[in-house]
Amino acid sequence: MECQECQERQATVHFTQVINGEKMEVHLCQQCAKEKGYVSQDDDPYSLHHLLSGLFHQKANTLSHSSQQAHSYQELVCDKCGMTYPQFLKIGKFGCAHCYDTFSEHLDPLFRKVHSGNTTHEGKVPKRTGSDIHHRKQLRHLKLSLQQAIAAEAFEEAARLRDQIKAMEKRTEEQEEGDKQ
Amino acid sequence: MSLEHFMSEAVSPWLKEDGPDSDIVMSSRIRLARNFSAYPFPLIAGDEQMEHILHIMLNIFDQRSFADYKKLEFVKMSDLKAIEKQVLVEKHLISPHLADKSDYGAVLISENEQVSIMINEEDHIRAQLYFPGFQLGGALEQAFQLDDWLEEKVDYAFDEDRGYLTCCPTNVGTGLRASVMMHLPALAITRKINRLIPAINQLGLAVRGIYGEGSEALGNIFQISNQITLGRSEEDIIEDLKGVVEQLIEHERQARRVLVEQSPLELENRLFRSLGVLQHSRIIESKETAKCLSDVRLAIDLGFINNISKSILNELVVLTQPAFLQQYAKRRLSPNERDVFRASVIRERLNMEQKEEL
Repeated sequence: MECQECQERQATVHFTQVINGEKMEVHLCQQCAKEKGYVSQDDDPYSLHHLLSGLFHQKANTLSHSSQQAHSYQELVCDKCGMTYPQFLKIGKFGCAHCYDTFSEHLDPLFRKVHSGNTTHEGKVPKRTGSDIHHRKQLRHLKLSLQQAIAAEAFEEAARLRDQIKAMEKRTEEQEEGDKQ
Repeated sequence: MSLEHFMSEAVSPWLKEDGPDSDIVMSSRIRLARNFSAYPFPLIAGDEQMEHILHIMLNIFDQRSFADYKKLEFVKMSDLKAIEKQVLVEKHLISPHLADKSDYGAVLISENEQVSIMINEEDHIRAQLYFPGFQLGGALEQAFQLDDWLEEKVDYAFDEDRGYLTCCPTNVGTGLRASVMMHLPALAITRKINRLIPAINQLGLAVRGIYGEGSEALGNIFQISNQITLGRSEEDIIEDLKGVVEQLIEHERQARRVLVEQSPLELENRLFRSLGVLQHSRIIESKETAKCLSDVRLAIDLGFINNISKSILNELVVLTQPAFLQQYAKRRLSPNERDVFRASVIRERLNMEQKEEL
């Protein structure tokens, strides 16, 4: 679609304008949209980060109504990299891995918005350093399947899963013993 | 093998092979974002820490080979001229962010340019792998191996609940960005694409132009990628994307059939006119070039034109970009000079190709 202003470049900004109750669709290229002041003059007005930092601000504002909570908000500082919570809200980016721990209790709502409701990782685990985690995840998964099997009265399946869990737990114990010796 | 090689060839060696569905899907890419656990992210890290990471990566990985991808070459951003960095961006070997914003940035590029590992970009490590055509599953498998290979030597920032920790909250979890580059001329001509894009966005996928965030879809080339990285496994993310891409391929094929059936002469006229423009222009802008190249590519796919190979088109897409053009000319060119030089390069390539056919 062509930009309706310059009729040269491709339209990448699309929105509906309502003036005096009259709806009008507007299609502009980035350059014309900038010139007409529909988007900010920053280098990269569409980046997710901008949207994100807007989102974070919103959250900070709604929370600042209860002043006590807002107070504790302001004081959160990552002791590894020095990033403060207000700074994080402003930039929309973490300073280091430890920030995730520092700001942990405030992150779920944000992650939910960005990752369509999700807050916990499902997926690859580091191969070399993550074998414990991998193991625990597998065990948790098996136990969940066991519960489901029992609930569905699939007892053969449940027995199979129970044996698998036992075997895994036994192997872990043996490994731990081995490590101690 | 050296930097010169990356600079002189417009088409990456891996792109010369035809992949599945390559009439519509030009390439598939998997990118993984990873960070060192012991250092702050590049956003905050001090000069010394960034230097340190560069040293570690240089010492461990320079000249090493991962799987069959041959030797990795370590290239430091500070050793490159602005135009050379731009050439790497135009070839998709580095991101604009690495070229512009990372004083301590570097990249490890494999000899066939299929693997590129950016260092000190927004995250410490951004590893990416390209495959020709539509091969997301295969690309993911290889990316996992590349990831394990890197992880043998690097302690990653990883959290059991949050997954791979990244600088931006939009990458946390898998750190995975899977994308495909699609040529969708029939959907663009029939304007169906305007209705499809919002629907794709609603599925949690992004549609962008050829050079990523904020860029327009030059030459009807669209990049489709996942947005969600947390709470879904890599395999599920890929499956979702695959499903949408398969549907888009079907829509595009259908739109092409309808165009050919309903207005064959008009279509043939449009496509051959574009070939004429490319063959005879003395001055041509990059935007018109992209449009005409798209038309000629479609004409080849539909069998209207069969004495031009698609590899020439792939080459011209990169060769006619501003930085590559100047690299090729071996001097700085003003925008007007570029339009003249671009036209002559295109004429030369297309004539060469046709002579070889005779």
